[in-house]
Amino acid sequence: MTFAANFSLVLPEAILGASALVLLVWGAFHGKVSPLFTGAAVLALLGAAVAAMAGPHGHAFNGVYAADAAATYAKVAIYLFSAIAVVLGDRWLAVRGDQKFEFAVLIVLAALGMGVTASAGDLISLYIGVELQSLALYVLAAFRRDDAKSSEAGLKYFVLGALSSGLLLYGASLIYGFAGSTRFADIAAVAHGAHGMGLLFGLVFLICGLAFKVSAAPFHMWTPDVYEGAPTPVVGFFAAAPKLAAMMMLARVLGDAFPDAAGQWRQILIITSLASVFVGAFAGLAQSNLKRLWAYSSIANVGYALLGVATGGETGLGSMLLFMTLYMVDVTGFFACLQALSRDGKPMETIEDMAGLVKERPGVALAMTAFSLSALGLPPFSGFWAKFYVFGAAMGSGDVLLQWAAVLGLVGSVVAAFYYLRLIKTMWFDAPASAVDKPQPTARAIGFAAALFSFPVVLVALIWLDPAARAAAAAFGHA
Amino acid sequence: MALQAIAFYLLAVATVVAGLLVVSARNPVHSVLFLITAFFSAAGLFVLLGAEFLAMLLIVVYVGAVAVLFLFVVMMLDVDFAELRQGFAQYLPIGGLVAGFLTLEMIFVAATVATNGAAGKSAVPMASAPGVPNTEMIGRVLYTDYIFFFQLAGLVLLVAMIGAIVLTLRHKPGVKRQDIGKQIARTPKTGMELVQIKPGEGISE
Repeated sequence: MTFAANFSLVLPEAILGASALVLLVWGAFHGKVSPLFTGAAVLALLGAAVAAMAGPHGHAFNGVYAADAAATYAKVAIYLFSAIAVVLGDRWLAVRGDQKFEFAVLIVLAALGMGVTASAGDLISLYIGVELQSLALYVLAAFRRDDAKSSEAGLKYFVLGALSSGLLLYGASLIYGFAGSTRFADIAAVAHGAHGMGLLFGLVFLICGLAFKVSAAPFHMWTPDVYEGAPTPVVGFFAAAPKLAAMMMLARVLGDAFPDAAGQWRQILIITSLASVFVGAFAGLAQSNLKRLWAYSSIANVGYALLGVATGGETGLGSMLLFMTLYMVDVTGFFACLQALSRDGKPMETIEDMAGLVKERPGVALAMTAFSLSALGLPPFSGFWAKFYVFGAAMGSGDVLLQWAAVLGLVGSVVAAFYYLRLIKTMWFDAPASAVDKPQPTARAIGFAAALFSFPVVLVALIWLDPAARAAAAAFGHA
Repeated sequence: MALQAIAFYLLAVATVVAGLLVVSARNPVHSVLFLITAFFSAAGLFVLLGAEFLAMLLIVVYVGAVAVLFLFVVMMLDVDFAELRQGFAQYLPIGGLVAGFLTLEMIFVAATVATNGAAGKSAVPMASAPGVPNTEMIGRVLYTDYIFFFQLAGLVLLVAMIGAIVLTLRHKPGVKRQDIGKQIARTPKTGMELVQIKPGEGISE
């Protein structure tokens, strides 16, 4: 394979890498963040998304990089949501007079790392992608360095993230030791044989490391603290694109490298999935800070997505991809609304702050109600369809264990309904404390667009999204 | 062969003992010194494996840079290690439980390896081509087969650099810095000012 052929496959990453370097030099010499600069970062991400969509499919660099339908699907979503994060973050920092050009550069580099993990065909590319993405995210969490909570969030994320990377690396080296190769295709060939014990041992460590990254219970401890401390637009970014990237990693490792060990890893995934759903549902009940609340909500939602991965196959992984896409729209919209709101110049972050929002800002209140109802899983909002596909895949798998897991997952979502309804009740029926400031227009517009997607656009979008997710999921297992 | 075996056992024991002492030493400076010992013996093991490049790399990078950096950090930061150890007894049961499980599993895996061999015959990692020393082999593949990883690793380091600058660099106003361009562009006209002083008045700034 010629270098040009390899290069054409990694074009999206090449675009992002080159534009990150250009933006860095531009920012360093120009010093200030102009709308043109932010626009260029957004354009780079959109360009990468287009390149991923239009690019050829195949395996580059001796199979360590897979450009297939699954990678394309994930990358388009990841790059689009990263572009939205660049805009939201820029506006948020502008309001606080704390704009730094590194913000956009770091998001572009994080998106590059996520893109690499989404099309990893080798343990080394998986690990480097994870590190590239995580390092950028640690810095973003601590971006408001003069804010003690933001620094704490960054440090906590860094220390626990380093621990999880250690677990991941330990698992990867065990797998390499027993398989004799780091490439997924070779691992799958060896895992097929009788030498599975050591491999499985490595796989368990690898799953633990990845569970940290997706914040699945029992590796979720960092999530609420990081979400509470990190800047609001950064949290909206954390909860969207990196989650999909980490889910893609799990799907890649399990679907491409260990398709024959499904019986073994399915049990682990079902346990982490149910643990996440219940931790998210019950621990969320006691929260008053909205960012912490949505941290637990994201833990619960990761649980549902993991159920999709556990189901495996075209329907299971397809339902996971669809679930994550719809969840990303919800969570991005919610955090966009949250960052748009302030009362007397102070951000509104607790449930009590939202009291009577519908009288002050009916539009934003309606949008946030839509996101809450969607996260709750009420038909016909997008969250309902997300859960519908995941539970449908689990029920249709014919595996009794998965069917019971789906039933328990439903129970968990009923428990979680309480805190979403509490937020809605506070917004609609409580008396407002004082006047709410005029919402930040860009963030509000993005929030409204996401709310419109959540209902009714989702009904139309599903006609196209469902087959796309299925086609993407069909690409797994052909490493 | 016997010499090799003796060297292996000596180095292996030294690595394990040094590793244990790293975590059990009371004085953190001693911990770092034991860490350096562990790196040295591991480098010796690499030499025995015929991976002389990795051995040198371990010494240059880990002993030369990383461990010395650790030493600096430990000596410069005033960390109260007695305070850090306070929770030891409290977390011992849960930590011990996890460690116990891990040990059991490791023994289990080791037993599997002992009976079945590490990997399938097809899965033994390819050694370097005959007649080519491994330093040359690494040089051959690093910028060809592994160019993708190599470039990405460069980007990871770039992110680390950006992060360090974003989180720590502060532009203080009022700090006088040398600006060579300004210095060279200075002419007698911009560099001095002629002032007419009236007798008996002096200059007021």
